[in-house]
Amino acid sequence: MPLIALLMGFPLLAGLAILLASTPERRADLVRRSAYAIGAVSLLLAVVYFRAGPQFFVIWDGLAQVLDLLFMLGGIGVSLYLLYACRRIKGLEWYIPVLILVQMGLILVAELAADHPEVARPFYIDSFSILMALIVGLVGGLICIHAIRYMQDYQAHAEEVADRRPAFFMMLFIFLAAMFGIVFTNHLPWLFFFWEVTTLCSFWLISYSGTEEAIRNGFRALGLNLIGGIAFAGAIVWLTLGPGLHTWELDQLVAAGSALALIPAVLIGIAGLTKSAQMPFSSWLLGAMVAPTPVSALLHSSTMVKAGVFMLVKFAPVYHDTLAGFLLALIGGLTFLITSLVAVNQRNAKRVLAYSTIANLGLIIMCAGIGTATTLWAAILLILFHAVAKALLFLGVGTTEHLIGSRDIEDMEGLVYRRPVLAATLLIGILGMFLAPFGMLLSKYACFQAFLSLDVLPGDGILLAAILAFGSAPTLFFWSKWLGKLAAMPRRAQPIELPIPRDEAIALFALTVVTYVACALFPLADWVFVQPYTGFLTGEGLIPAGDERIPWENIAMMTAMLGGLFLLPLVFWLLPPQATAVSGYLSGANVDGSASYQGAMGAEREVASRGYYLAGFIREETMIRNGLIGSGSLLLLMLIGASL
Amino acid sequence: MTTSYSWTLAVGFLVFGPVLGALLAGIDRRLTARMQSRRGPPLLQPVYDVLKLFEKDTLVVTRLQTLYLWGFLFFMVISGFILFLGSDLLLSLFALTVSGIFLCLAAYATNSPYSNIGSSRELMLMMAYEPMLIMVPLGFFLVADSFRVSDIVAGEPWQVLQLSGILIGFLFVLTIKLRKSPFDLSSSHHGHQELVKGITTDLSGSDLALVEIGHWYENTILLAWLYLFFAPLGVVWALPIALVLFFAEVLIDNTHARLTWTSTLKGTWSVTALFGVTNLMLLPLIA
Repeated sequence: MPLIALLMGFPLLAGLAILLASTPERRADLVRRSAYAIGAVSLLLAVVYFRAGPQFFVIWDGLAQVLDLLFMLGGIGVSLYLLYACRRIKGLEWYIPVLILVQMGLILVAELAADHPEVARPFYIDSFSILMALIVGLVGGLICIHAIRYMQDYQAHAEEVADRRPAFFMMLFIFLAAMFGIVFTNHLPWLFFFWEVTTLCSFWLISYSGTEEAIRNGFRALGLNLIGGIAFAGAIVWLTLGPGLHTWELDQLVAAGSALALIPAVLIGIAGLTKSAQMPFSSWLLGAMVAPTPVSALLHSSTMVKAGVFMLVKFAPVYHDTLAGFLLALIGGLTFLITSLVAVNQRNAKRVLAYSTIANLGLIIMCAGIGTATTLWAAILLILFHAVAKALLFLGVGTTEHLIGSRDIEDMEGLVYRRPVLAATLLIGILGMFLAPFGMLLSKYACFQAFLSLDVLPGDGILLAAILAFGSAPTLFFWSKWLGKLAAMPRRAQPIELPIPRDEAIALFALTVVTYVACALFPLADWVFVQPYTGFLTGEGLIPAGDERIPWENIAMMTAMLGGLFLLPLVFWLLPPQATAVSGYLSGANVDGSASYQGAMGAEREVASRGYYLAGFIREETMIRNGLIGSGSLLLLMLIGASL
Repeated sequence: MTTSYSWTLAVGFLVFGPVLGALLAGIDRRLTARMQSRRGPPLLQPVYDVLKLFEKDTLVVTRLQTLYLWGFLFFMVISGFILFLGSDLLLSLFALTVSGIFLCLAAYATNSPYSNIGSSRELMLMMAYEPMLIMVPLGFFLVADSFRVSDIVAGEPWQVLQLSGILIGFLFVLTIKLRKSPFDLSSSHHGHQELVKGITTDLSGSDLALVEIGHWYENTILLAWLYLFFAPLGVVWALPIALVLFFAEVLIDNTHARLTWTSTLKGTWSVTALFGVTNLMLLPLIA
């Protein structure tokens, strides 16, 4: 318990200290030390509670009452701040203050109710929340370190943006505290408070630059997340005043099963869908890409959006074997399919990453909606692989952007030769994201197996499996295309520019190592973090025990593939094959290497070729519109299905 | 579980896989020639070609292209090894996909406009056929209750009837996989066309030989996939049927003009949905 309190309290204090730091150097130093400290404490936590089953913590009564009051006032404070921020709304955004008021009203109704449920055990820890804490602490900490230098360059490039860096870093650390709160809190109204704090941080950080676009996108993120907030608050009201279940404790709600807990679970599920930017709420995440890249890496790919799927995975025992759960999986599947297709269209690297983030979260939600031991296994491993690989990719793209002045994938041509170290981080990130024998493959394998064994409606599992098959194909296309750009031999030698700044190099290097280790040692991650969690759930009879583990033979094969991937470059380096270097074939006499050739009439012609983006074949707007209609109807069906 | 028999098969694949694949390629060329009223080269011509390629100087745009080709060959061999070991079909498919990506990477690395278009088209084709290829293990899983090749081989003789839609879909994408017309968008076997040689434009000497050997392995793997549908009938029936269907692709190659990538993509996905997904959906009724 002291460790958990430290993880929630320390970032808050660190944030305040950073806000008040006297000089930029002092501030940078504080950020660095605090990030290392948070990382160290989360590691310590993982060691102390090694392979722990769920443990609950009772706190002293007086303290509980103080915290109760503090969180309630804090919640009101967050709402008031958001209302104050609403002075800058425009046009149709009037719905946002209305949503804030509704949400505040709902939660106050619940908290001030005469006989509201008492919470005996407000905090808990289990192996899944430890994994989340490690992601938040280590990946989050590294991203904060990367941000030090990134924000310095950012401010130097964008002179019109007011320098609010002290507040910026404070927000990052407050956000970390709130994330730790989400993963360790068993007390639903308190959890809701942390949930709202992350919404606030996200809103503030998206609007950071203060440009018109940033402010509008910030409000869109706020508005859509408030819909989720209202659903969450609605669930708490239901649990306070509604018929049936009368509890504020997360574990009891989950243990109540689908007969009793389905309605609040579906409401919280909607909150999870908004936080994880699933269709029909997905548009805010694309807009959020205007934020500085470390923000995108921290909030919008590796941690905050994971809070949504974290809740959905927690509630998986309730969704299991219900129509609502199947529809939830279908919403995730539809999102996965559509955003994977649309990602093929994108040239802007950050938009590719954003769409692929939404797609992967969709895949995790497919797993959570089905809720068997195998799919939970897949979901948790996906959370891990995606968090590390995506953080690495976002930071890699951010550093690349500052070094080559563009985030266009076409401009990254030849990065393997121009900036080998940077290219290596991007390559490993991409490999970690989708290529066998790395992370994604395992999860897809487990999904296919689980879907085909599903039995809620006739043909349900096949539908999900078909969605997964069709959605994986464009994923392969856009990642390979990007890989190809990076690996392409530059047609002209490019001048070597600035070196990678030290803080950014530390973060990139550490994340590369983490991605490697996570992929290579995934059976260990499985044993330490996943098995104790799913083992507990099956032991309690909350989910059926799955006998369909991935067989050892497959793991041996995957290890062989991974080994080959390590060894081939080594052999290549030790025994380089004989070859003569020439310039590429241009069907004419090459003039300047591969860059130009002598064409008709003896004129020198410059060579240009670009990647395929299939803009005529996949129309982003049409696809997204259809997706919105489809997922919106599914969402309605899910609500109706849950209340029947 | 794996037995010494399956280990023999798997190791046998490592050694004889390319030999069989080369023979298939040789027969393919002979059949094509006969259909065009030519005599055609000797059966072992593909082998002679590759031996000659190894004698030649290797010209590269970047030395790394050879490394990517090693990756292509490595994952191709792994894919076949898993398959012949009687192990997991889905895993074998994943390895096959990775192998394809490495080939594209080699072509992308050379960065000539022709290689670029070739590899982009190759990726597009992969995007087209991948869903249908995944349907195959899914179908086998539903009838044999396992992704394991050894369980599929030991299945019921009528599984091919239950999976007839999947078989049609698979034959469709086999045409793409074998780079046959109308789907030979990424590599033109016939010189002096708009793609020059597509994906292999800038590969020469031993690099090109590696690609050829990789394709021999691939031929054997694809024949084995086809064989799997009929495997429970016993080798006496299954092998001839698989061979006949395999060489039917040559006929299609010679009777069809090349399609554009849009029609290929749309056509393949429609076939996948129409035959593959429908077949899976109807399986509970057929079984």
